Amino acid sequence: MNSAFDLRMGESHIEVHKFRTGAILIATLLALVIQAWFPLHFARLALLDLPLLVTIYFGLSRRNPSTGLLLGTAIGLLQDSLSGPTVPLGLFGIAKTVIGYLASSIGARLDTEHPAARFALTAGFFIVHQAVVALTRRILLAQPEPWFTLHLFGAALLNALVAVFLFALLDRLRRQS
Amino acid sequence: MPSRHKSLVLLAGVILLQVLLLAVQIKRDSQGRLIRTWTVGAVSPFERAGSYVFGSFRDTWRNYFALRGTKKDNDDLRRENDALKLRIAQLEGKAAEAERLAGLLHFRQTQSDVPMVAARVIGGSPGTGSLTIELDRGEKDGIRKNMGVITPDGVVGKIIDAFPNTSQVLLLTDERSGVGAKLADSGIQSPVGGSGEPLLTMKYFPNDDDVSVGARVVTSGMDRIFPRDLPVGTITEVKAGNPFKQIRIRPAANLERLEEVLVLLTLRPLKELEPVAGKPAVPEASNSPTSQVANP
Repeated sequence: MNSAFDLRMGESHIEVHKFRTGAILIATLLALVIQAWFPLHFARLALLDLPLLVTIYFGLSRRNPSTGLLLGTAIGLLQDSLSGPTVPLGLFGIAKTVIGYLASSIGARLDTEHPAARFALTAGFFIVHQAVVALTRRILLAQPEPWFTLHLFGAALLNALVAVFLFALLDRLRRQS
Repeated sequence: MPSRHKSLVLLAGVILLQVLLLAVQIKRDSQGRLIRTWTVGAVSPFERAGSYVFGSFRDTWRNYFALRGTKKDNDDLRRENDALKLRIAQLEGKAAEAERLAGLLHFRQTQSDVPMVAARVIGGSPGTGSLTIELDRGEKDGIRKNMGVITPDGVVGKIIDAFPNTSQVLLLTDERSGVGAKLADSGIQSPVGGSGEPLLTMKYFPNDDDVSVGARVVTSGMDRIFPRDLPVGTITEVKAGNPFKQIRIRPAANLERLEEVLVLLTLRPLKELEPVAGKPAVPEASNSPTSQVANP
């Protein structure tokens, strides 16, 4: 398989990135492990949603909606599994499935390599993710969940900021075209 | 079907499946234990490894990088410790001085009718030939040659030279020094002199008379310098000799660490002292006319 190929849509010229073998799996596992373990030592980092950032990154990079949503589903279900009995399986699974699909779809249409674009997209995806989680809790689980708060807005900005650096780091896992 | 529609169908299908999964969990009050067990089992080794790596990193940080400032702190604390030690030494010195002066004051107060002057030791023997000390008081303070010098503990020596503002004392341990003495218990008299060593010698003690180690020796007043019954020392060694016994005496006053002394301006008898803090009392001096010597 070629390391990269061009996806042409009209006049646009979008590059689809491939990654080193096992890069996605390792990055996903690392994100889950760190997410499960970081808040134990750094309580303030509980605001970070590393599995979401990984879902967004690989969705934007792979630019294949099917792959993106399946990756989002897998990451979300794993996160559900590790989150304990208070989080039913499927809560983050559904949210990250949606994010994986949206990220892949948007990534196929926009150039998402610029840090500013990554910052804005990540903040937007975080808000959408929170909205899906709140919707799922309220409608399907009948649990109280705020739609959005100032705290979550701060978390969106923090995640977006971290995403800028994390994505630059993950760019190194790409195969050279 | 276009791929775009395929992905939309897939999205709907996956979401529907997860909604069903949620519904099943709610309906059966189940939490998908099997899936969770698998997931946790798969992820926990990585968590354990991550915890180990983080623990190592944290330990390295705490034990090395976080301790970079410790050397400076250690140096600062060591300097502070040295300064505090110096300060403690100064305060201990002042406390000891205050204790000594309190002893002198007490002695002086109990002998208020006996003219004496307190003096500070400001120097020692510049050479090895004699054992002398220099006092910060002299002729202007009434000190004259051959006056007795004591501490509350006992005899120190005598003034051998008086200058306007200072005076020189020949210690009892000097070879040329001597004091009329007697055994406090038996009253047997014999002069005591120095030998250039820390211990004194009782010079002419007859072999026929009994004396034992530990006996107290006091002034006899016969030298016309010291009043009677001032402590001279304690016998530490007795040997038979020809024609006199060889008797060694440990001075009552600590002649090696003198800092303040009293110069007796008269030979008037001293009153009996009450013991202070375990120190030997200066016994009452005799009113015998032979011991009453005019102030030199």
